[in-house]
Amino acid sequence: MLGLLLTAATTGAELSALRVGSKSFTESYILAEIVAQIIDETGEARAERRLGLGGTGLAWAALASGAIDVYPEYTGTIAQAILKDPSLTSLDAMSARLRARGVVVSAALGFDNTYALAVRRDEAARRGLRTIGDLARHPDLRAAFDAGFLERADGWPGLQRHYGLRFADVRTMEHALTYPALAAGRVDVIDVFSTDGQLARLDLVLLVDDRHFFPDYTAVLLARRELAEQYPRTWAALQQRLGARLDNAAMSRLNALTDLEHRSFADAAATFLGRTSGPTSGHRGGELAKLTLEHLQLVAVSLTAAIVLGMPLGIVAARRRRLAQAELMGVGVIQTIPALALLSFMIPLFGIGQVPALVALSLYALLPIVRTTHAGIGSLDPRLTEMATVMGLRGWRRLAWIELPLASVTIMAGIKTAAVVTVGTATLAAFIGGGGYGTLIVTGLALNDVSTILAGAIPAAVMALVIHAAFEALDRLVVPRALRAAASAVD
Amino acid sequence: MIALRHVSKRFGDHIALDDISLTVEPGRTHVLLGTSGSGKSTILRIVLGLVRPDAGDVSVDTDGAAGPPTQHIGYVVQEGALYPHLTAARNVVLPARAAGWTAERQTARLDELATLMELPPDLLRRFPHELSGGQQQRVSLMRALMLDPPILLLDEPLGALDPITRASLQEHLVRIFTELRKTVVLVTHDVREAFVFGAVITLLSRGRIVQQGTLADLAQRPADPFVSEFLSAQAPPLAMTRDLQR
Repeated sequence: MLGLLLTAATTGAELSALRVGSKSFTESYILAEIVAQIIDETGEARAERRLGLGGTGLAWAALASGAIDVYPEYTGTIAQAILKDPSLTSLDAMSARLRARGVVVSAALGFDNTYALAVRRDEAARRGLRTIGDLARHPDLRAAFDAGFLERADGWPGLQRHYGLRFADVRTMEHALTYPALAAGRVDVIDVFSTDGQLARLDLVLLVDDRHFFPDYTAVLLARRELAEQYPRTWAALQQRLGARLDNAAMSRLNALTDLEHRSFADAAATFLGRTSGPTSGHRGGELAKLTLEHLQLVAVSLTAAIVLGMPLGIVAARRRRLAQAELMGVGVIQTIPALALLSFMIPLFGIGQVPALVALSLYALLPIVRTTHAGIGSLDPRLTEMATVMGLRGWRRLAWIELPLASVTIMAGIKTAAVVTVGTATLAAFIGGGGYGTLIVTGLALNDVSTILAGAIPAAVMALVIHAAFEALDRLVVPRALRAAASAVD
Repeated sequence: MIALRHVSKRFGDHIALDDISLTVEPGRTHVLLGTSGSGKSTILRIVLGLVRPDAGDVSVDTDGAAGPPTQHIGYVVQEGALYPHLTAARNVVLPARAAGWTAERQTARLDELATLMELPPDLLRRFPHELSGGQQQRVSLMRALMLDPPILLLDEPLGALDPITRASLQEHLVRIFTELRKTVVLVTHDVREAFVFGAVITLLSRGRIVQQGTLADLAQRPADPFVSEFLSAQAPPLAMTRDLQR
């Protein structure tokens, strides 16, 4: 083992990378960490983590397009959400279909993380709730479900029909937040995963699925065929050390280590693998510096791209009325696309990581820049632009000497807005593995750990303020002195 | 030097010019006189090429001088149209920069013009909003003269100025135009101004030429009651009255 580790360390630079993905909830993070550590130990390749992908859609798209090589998944989700064929119940049947798409399935990991509905123990006693069917007799209950559960066919819509359920209020809530809401009595019914760490802490009753609505959610690993073919020792190691090794109790305990005892995912993974602590017990300070750099990169590159693309678009719009309509509408429509949807469109084109995040961020920053450039140049005093024509100023010179300086106040306002907004939007990059402060926010949400969320949110806010101040200073350089003076002159 | 032949122009439903024919002799000052909306400004803009006529043709004779038409015509407007982000000096040299002059040549010409317009050099380092109305118009004229064009078009250049500044600038300009032997077309609605500047007057009303000639022609032999109305609507100065009564 030690020899293998040393080999891995010394030849690390030459090893190719296997990218390990995870969704953005605790159990997925931990399983991915276990996979990553096993890969590094085996030494055929080096593990690259792409954790915290925002949902089944993004994770599967990443695997199918080759942006990641392996990630943990569940059989129920594979049948319903990925293969979209609820009739598939056996692992063998799914395996054949997945193979056709270039994906292989590991043996079952040993636990079944099914959906369940949970209520407070005292509420269950009061109303005599033991099965899900019992809920049908209490239409006054209020429920809070995770967004994924609310929308999946194997989630709320199907469950509701199957049991004939009706609640007074059904709302969507981030999974980690549903527990405190239930404990505080703000809601009465929540969806849970049967291996959630939080179940150990709160006194909850899991209602029995007596009519067998929920399919099995047996945990497995999904990997690209190339991984099994080109790294056979690694694939064998993964199957051997994870296959049938984690039962429900063990998985719950690992989840509790992070959710309740606030150990890191890496540490929890290491515990499972029989070590005392994970490979990355990084300093918080060092991590923050890395995230700051990543976030700054995301903002700087996407803002520059938006300026380089947006200003010419705005200038063209100012020159041609007909094009202006089309352009402004196009850029406006981009803004309306929800961020996560836009990110998932990017995956087949750009994979996951920084590049799709940058493309999405650049697109979002376009609107304020195109609009203000168009408005700035389009609303110049026509007598001034006419005089430029009379003096023979056309094309580049006209832009550089006359139009852009005159419009600079307006255009800079648009760029400033785009910059500050991008700092906030860049937190979404974490959902696609793009790094930045969002990584802390996503992890914090998964753990329901406010201090982790703030550790990401506060630096982002500070960066926004700093960038705003920096652009105010830039104004002094870019905007002609006389225009600033004239604006505040009192005649 | 400038000739319009049967020029017509309409903007949507509005007839701006209806069958306009006029000739401007080289080296002379020609005044376009009339009320607002009579089409005077449109004629200037057609000569400049900013507006294309619907009918008729325009010819501008630049005595065989080379270069694009914008280098042969200087243009001054009522509001000055000076660029607020540039100093007065940089405003003035702008046409020369566009034409590719060297910095030395630009400065030399700038000094010449400053002397001509009687503007002290430190004034030229100011921004337009730091100058008085009269000073701004002088700067505007300097810019129009930067490339020493043979033709000057002025659209109510003194309209925004107070009467005293206006009168003094009028005299100054008359001297300059004569001295430099420019071909000048001046648009105004002020009869007295026409008197001070113009040898030849074209009186316009609603896009049509009502009468052309000297002020005396218009006063003594009006082609239309409108002409007398227009002339008498503004109190004429004593000198003009005497002139008209001769």
